Amino acid sequence: MVLVAEPKQVVAPGELLAEGDHLLGDNAYRLGTKIFSDSIGILEIDGNRVFVVPLKGGYIPRAGDLVAGRIVDIGLSGWSVDIRAPYEAMLPASETPGPRGPRRRDLSTSFDVGDMVLAEILAFDRTRDPLLTVKGPGLGKVASGRVVEISAAKIPRLIGRKGSMISMLKKETDCQITVGQNGVVLVWGKSPDAERVAVEAIYMVEREAHTRGLTDRIRDMISRSKMVEQVAGTQTA
Amino acid sequence: MPEPKQPEKLIDDKGLRIDGRRLDELRPIKLEVGVLDKADGSAYIEQGKNKILAAVYGPREAHPKHIAMPERAVIRCRYHMAPFSVDERKSPAPSRREMELSKVIRESLEPVVLTDLYPRTTIDVFVEVLQSDGGSRCAGITAASLALADAGIPMREMVAACAVGKIQGKLALDLSDAEDKYGEADIPVALVPNAGLVTLLQMDGHLTLSEFEHGFSMALDACKTLHGMQRDALKKKYATMREAPEEREEAEVVA
Repeated sequence: MVLVAEPKQVVAPGELLAEGDHLLGDNAYRLGTKIFSDSIGILEIDGNRVFVVPLKGGYIPRAGDLVAGRIVDIGLSGWSVDIRAPYEAMLPASETPGPRGPRRRDLSTSFDVGDMVLAEILAFDRTRDPLLTVKGPGLGKVASGRVVEISAAKIPRLIGRKGSMISMLKKETDCQITVGQNGVVLVWGKSPDAERVAVEAIYMVEREAHTRGLTDRIRDMISRSKMVEQVAGTQTA
Repeated sequence: MPEPKQPEKLIDDKGLRIDGRRLDELRPIKLEVGVLDKADGSAYIEQGKNKILAAVYGPREAHPKHIAMPERAVIRCRYHMAPFSVDERKSPAPSRREMELSKVIRESLEPVVLTDLYPRTTIDVFVEVLQSDGGSRCAGITAASLALADAGIPMREMVAACAVGKIQGKLALDLSDAEDKYGEADIPVALVPNAGLVTLLQMDGHLTLSEFEHGFSMALDACKTLHGMQRDALKKKYATMREAPEEREEAEVVA
């Protein structure tokens, strides 16, 4: 068991990570006794497990993920939803809250084309398109707030270790933030200014996701913009 | 640009080629990653007078639907030369040659991409030659695999490609346009270094068996050099991003 590359280092596809009987994690593959990276990302070691956290890449659905998407089509028994994945998701009418049985009314009265919905992925496998549900607390149509779209690969960083980043963001910006695993982030604030600071902070996380000490820098940025706004506020008042 | 005449000699008395290179020397190479904002991944290569852009989109929903494969992603590739990339205007319509090169570039990339992770999708690769100077299929492969890596598409490793040829009876690495036209043979080679896989091998002209074997090993060595440059170029993009904010922070402390 020899670790060849340094942990926390940027690795390219095909780069030698380790030799010997490590456990294979995400984005790593074995060739003989050697373990290589299959993506551009940051090498991480967890006990005996070697894996790479990718720096780029699109969203691949997983059952249980919380996602936000836009309705693109209405069918006879459900909606098609764009969840920014290579697969179009289906939201069947039976997975919306309300009475069972055949629906008489037009589906567009619940969700219309262009509406944003917050949903959970009920099921997804290689052979079928992802199936969504909006049954559950907080799920359903998103009627207010701001939508921030970032790369899905940066979502783990936006949440942070045990949610450190996202809880700091919520506290410091005083906004309610919902993170879709597909890279769509919803922000609700008490004022447009508060929302703007939160959106700016989220974009900053996306830009600098792979840098060290990011949480502290974001906190600084937020307190600075809040100060600027206070000054601007007193001047107009 | 005037039509290049046939040079009197491809190799001068000192053993140097028309652009002053030694026989086993690559042309100057510049690689850049992430040059296009709209594409999921992109790369730009300058190899001698070649200027080539590569863009990658995907994995994305397959359109038209019937091309999708139930168990893996489909890679599509388009090699295209801009009308202004050569001396005489090239018709922008895909020519027979461009269709062939699209096919061989696709086939040289397919073995490294982990296509079975994304069933029923497509990965689109575009190779756009802005200025052509011989060996553009190889430079195209080098740039396209860099663009695939930049798109975050899982792949075993990047593919590097380089040509070797014969001019005035001598083996020479990385032929330029004139050397390709007036030389005796040209062999483009694409290599997957760790796996030891050759994913492109073509030849036009004539070589003896021993010449071929020697030339082939020259090309493989050049591919390994190129592979190192690819890796550096890819990491450089993220290394600069990684360092920049750090430096700014230090500057603030000083101020």
